[in-house]
Amino acid sequence: MTTAAALSAGAAVDLPSVSYGQVKAGAAKPYGTDPDLQKVYRPGDLWSLTFDARQIKTAGALADVILPADDLGPAASTLGVVDMLDEWVSAPYDTQQKDRPVILDGLVWIDAESRKRFQKDFADLPESGKTAICDAICDPAKAVKEFRTAARFFSKFRALCAGAYYATPDGWKALGYVGNVALASFDGPPPEVLAQLGVEQTVV
Amino acid sequence: MPIITSSKTQPEYDVAIVGSGAGGGQMAFTLTLGGLKCVMLEAGRNYDPVTETPMFQTKAQGPLQASRTEDKPFGFYDATVDGGWQVPNEPYTQASDKPEEQFGWWRARMLGGRTNHWGRISLRNGPYDFKPKSRDGLGFDWPISYEDVADYYTKVEMLIGVYGTNTGRENTPSSPDGVLLPPPKGRASELVTQKYAKKVGVPVVPIHRAVLTKPLDCQNIPAKLHPGNAWAQKIVGDSMLQRAACFWATECGRGCSIRANYQSTTVHLPPALATGNLDIVPNAHVREITLGPDGKANGVLYIDKTTGQEARIKAKAVVLAASSGETVRILLNSKSNAFPDGLANRSGLVGKYLMDTIGTGVSGQVPLLENVPPHNEDGAGGSHFYAPWWLYGEQKAGRMDFPRGYHIEMGGSRGMPGGSNPLPDDLGRGAYGRKFKEEARRYYGSFVGYSCRGEMIPNEDCFCDLDPTVKDKWGIPVLRFHWKWADHELKQVQHAQRTFVSMIEAMGGTVRSRLESDPLKYIENGGKIIHEVGGALMGETAEKSVCNQWNQTWDVKNLFLCDGTPFPSNADKNPTLTIMALAWRAGDHILEQARQGNL
Repeated sequence: MTTAAALSAGAAVDLPSVSYGQVKAGAAKPYGTDPDLQKVYRPGDLWSLTFDARQIKTAGALADVILPADDLGPAASTLGVVDMLDEWVSAPYDTQQKDRPVILDGLVWIDAESRKRFQKDFADLPESGKTAICDAICDPAKAVKEFRTAARFFSKFRALCAGAYYATPDGWKALGYVGNVALASFDGPPPEVLAQLGVEQTVV
Repeated sequence: MPIITSSKTQPEYDVAIVGSGAGGGQMAFTLTLGGLKCVMLEAGRNYDPVTETPMFQTKAQGPLQASRTEDKPFGFYDATVDGGWQVPNEPYTQASDKPEEQFGWWRARMLGGRTNHWGRISLRNGPYDFKPKSRDGLGFDWPISYEDVADYYTKVEMLIGVYGTNTGRENTPSSPDGVLLPPPKGRASELVTQKYAKKVGVPVVPIHRAVLTKPLDCQNIPAKLHPGNAWAQKIVGDSMLQRAACFWATECGRGCSIRANYQSTTVHLPPALATGNLDIVPNAHVREITLGPDGKANGVLYIDKTTGQEARIKAKAVVLAASSGETVRILLNSKSNAFPDGLANRSGLVGKYLMDTIGTGVSGQVPLLENVPPHNEDGAGGSHFYAPWWLYGEQKAGRMDFPRGYHIEMGGSRGMPGGSNPLPDDLGRGAYGRKFKEEARRYYGSFVGYSCRGEMIPNEDCFCDLDPTVKDKWGIPVLRFHWKWADHELKQVQHAQRTFVSMIEAMGGTVRSRLESDPLKYIENGGKIIHEVGGALMGETAEKSVCNQWNQTWDVKNLFLCDGTPFPSNADKNPTLTIMALAWRAGDHILEQARQGNL
């Protein structure tokens, strides 16, 4: 395979190496080795989803704190991010099965923490309350001991939200991806980009 | 003739071809346009890139944002069908349980095989690459030289369409004027890499890839490929007309519905089918090659996977182009009184000297590439630049601690996002909300990665044989892999790691990969680069090799191995172009033998 393929999509970290093992038997059915690649899939099409109403509400509220509506793009919950998260934690594959308890336990924790501190579910807190909770767990490197598990949840939740958010055309715009359209020619980086980088186009 | 089931095959064919990828596709093309009646057996299902390729699907439209899973190890939209490191019902085993002695065997069960998803990197072997032992005393020389293959490289390049430039660099052959298609413009990260790699002595130049950057010259190329044969020219020209130039979107690994890149299924097989001389039987899992009383191969025994029944094909000659692993498996399972240790294996060398490409990589982050104004960098759906091996002089002067070399592949474009977090925690430092979105945007496009693709020396410890007990679903003994890196390879990845660190640092960047000190921890496992070659080497004598210079087995005159199996060495150059050039050359030899009545 090519490096370009391995490093596609702005993958910022080393990709996890997939084991040589086969799919484990589980409740949900894997899509198999010959799925229809043309079809547009919606969460729930391939395996049943997990989240109940409360989990949807909590996950949506937290996703919108992490990726809110602003001039860069819409709020996460309006782009189907919660459904994509639900699809993720419900999937039969190893990576997703490992993430599942982290997310599900984390959603329980954040509501419990919210009630403990503010006597309300997380989704019902004002921004200041949400921020107060998130500030304690948003940086796994700095979280105090009692919040370390919660910080690991927040880190995973944020990564999964971002993976989903930036998979959408609105997310592309927010990130600065331009492409996936047929072009008559490929002209390389425009002059202002070359100037900023201090390089010249070497292919004429 | 068409794609058929096992019940519709003809009583006898001139040639049976096992495998439909680069080698099998090229062989079918050459032989059918030369007038021979051929049948092609493919272990996987029929596959049509024109109707099946997900060209513009966004990652949000696929399950799990099209992330890689055990079912689709290169991501949901990778073209591979029924393939991967494991294939259902077709296990293989490892001789060792040590992690560094594993061999991962990638297979694809689909028409066109691995050509559907490959990287399309198409580099010629150079003159040194055919005579490596003469240069450093290691491994084996080929029984042919670059000059024997040069014209076939040119023909393949004209047929499949390869972009790139002639750089004039040592042991990096030029194509004749007008053969290569124009190289695409450099992307931001590629141009920055080029500028700063130069400061540490690494030359970054346009790569060669099998993607049409403009339409093929269907007026003139067919006459060059098939001089004096108007019928063949018409068929090849018509097929070329079906191929559009790249429209600079979607990754090549998905396949290409407009046929802008090379896949056997869009380039080799359509004209071969148009001759009327080719039958293709998909779902045909080959058990063995059958031997006639005259000591010649007379056909193929296979399992029709759709029925589970055994079926036979009769043919006057047999071409194995099933991949190194599968070809070895079939030969070793083709036992007879004449060949108790497997067909064409009197030398005992079938399965020996298995090779892969040496791989390792380092990734980094480059502040210079932060906050770059958004612009389209999809490009040709793969790399535009690479660094060919550049230290021949140092090696000659005895200043290197390993033989042979590696080329550098690079990644780092502003590719289609989704399925992964664009802002790692250590850079985000707890960011969420508006801050997260700003930081993600800032860093997007600033990550780079460099990969070593290097030459290993064939060794006694890397081979495959039949597992004594394990069988596949149809009761056929499966392969067992033996693998051990030698010091040469470990020294090479150490050099590559140092080089990549120095490149990233020259760009003012920070290394992001965890740098292990033990090279066994960061050399990719055998098979991981999916360049498996060797297993039935070509050579000068029947005692010391399995094939002669025509990919023809010494022991069975009408049996040809036209995948990577005959490679006596595995240059850093990706093997596919050489597999095709040698298949065309062997095909011409078969046509000549047929003309002389020797089939």
